[in-house]
Amino acid sequence: MLKHGTFTLILTYLVALVLMVMPMPAAFDTFRPDWVTLVLLYWVLAIPHRVNMGTALILGVLSDILLGSVLGVHALGMVVVTYFVARHFQRFRNFSLPQQAILVAFLILLKRMIVFQANVFIHDAEFTASYFWPAFTSAVFWLWLFPLLRKIRRHFKVA
Amino acid sequence: MKTLFVRGPSLLSRLVLALACSFLLIFIDHRLQAMQPVRLFLNSLVTPVQYLAILPEQILSGFSESIKTQDQLSDENQRLKKQLLELQGQLQQFQFITNENKRLRELLGSEQRVPNRRMVAEVIAVASEPFSQQLVINKGTLSGVYEGQAVLDNRGIIGQVQDVGSNTARVLLISDQSHAIPLRSERSDIRVLAQGTGEIGRLQLMFVPHSTGLKEGDLLVSSGLGGVYPEGYPVARIRSIVRDESLPFAQVQADPISALDRVRNVLLLWRSDDQQQPIYEDQPDA
Repeated sequence: MLKHGTFTLILTYLVALVLMVMPMPAAFDTFRPDWVTLVLLYWVLAIPHRVNMGTALILGVLSDILLGSVLGVHALGMVVVTYFVARHFQRFRNFSLPQQAILVAFLILLKRMIVFQANVFIHDAEFTASYFWPAFTSAVFWLWLFPLLRKIRRHFKVA
Repeated sequence: MKTLFVRGPSLLSRLVLALACSFLLIFIDHRLQAMQPVRLFLNSLVTPVQYLAILPEQILSGFSESIKTQDQLSDENQRLKKQLLELQGQLQQFQFITNENKRLRELLGSEQRVPNRRMVAEVIAVASEPFSQQLVINKGTLSGVYEGQAVLDNRGIIGQVQDVGSNTARVLLISDQSHAIPLRSERSDIRVLAQGTGEIGRLQLMFVPHSTGLKEGDLLVSSGLGGVYPEGYPVARIRSIVRDESLPFAQVQADPISALDRVRNVLLLWRSDDQQQPIYEDQPDA
């Protein structure tokens, strides 16, 4: 039996996954926000009793398969940032939106550092600074995404 | 307000469990390479996401196709007809040379060359991670695509199939950091190994002695030695050779012949001795 709002949750994840792999001009591609992590972080913040480690693991594996990396690499990064948000969600909710955006930038940075480090262990990946730029664009998009997803959550009464 | 986790394990134990799962996945997938069936299943599962992602682009290009003027179309038609004529002329010569080659091979008593079978596929996605240079194409196991298959574009080899789903396949490009391809210089027949650098449009030749007879501008074609790639397809051209005696080998850089960042249509190759054979949707185009 599906709990109320599961469909909405899955739909937001699906849109995030599509946005992650949507082809874009190379100039924008390096700045593409980390959609899946952003959506995941919002839901963890809003309903941590429902969306936490399990969802992070599944979305991580789906990202791995879509981006063609070794299975488990993105899952690792997402699980770690999800833990921080789920652990401190009450504190996190009390921050203003710009403060949250700064924290989101750091969390995305952390996730990307974990993914990069895993790639170094797996096949001696070389450091590419452009891989970390999306942390900043993600923070900017958080200012827009947070109110949007809140509206969606209230409208569809996801709890 | 709801308290967090009234039932079930605590957050920390969930974290430990999820981390253990991730590490286990990485280990099984990377070290044991035992996830192929799971990857096949997951690749097929996410296929709708990939097709959804290219939908806007397809609609846009379909739209721009439909508003082309008659002049543009007739221009294009003219150009294509001319090109076809030229190619047909070359093909006549090619037939003649193929027959000659066959006869000469018979005279020499060497093995016959059998033509490869081909299929055109379309690129539907590029991986946007800098650590992996990959493409996703719109043909999969249902079309007979198999792992390790050679993939070309109109100018030369671009890579090999890494994973297959039922309707998609993932192509590892020759410029990926984990990819190397055996080549032969067309001019001097020197065998070399070209490794990807992770940077699109740059390959590095490995283990080249300082006394090498290679020259800048040499065309490198596939040597067919690894058994993955067929012989004789153009791959790269040598850009620079740095003979620094303090290093054990000469530093040779090469540019891939095909523009790896602009590939739209690719050609899949089946050798005649392959177990899998192409499965065409309509009639064979090869």
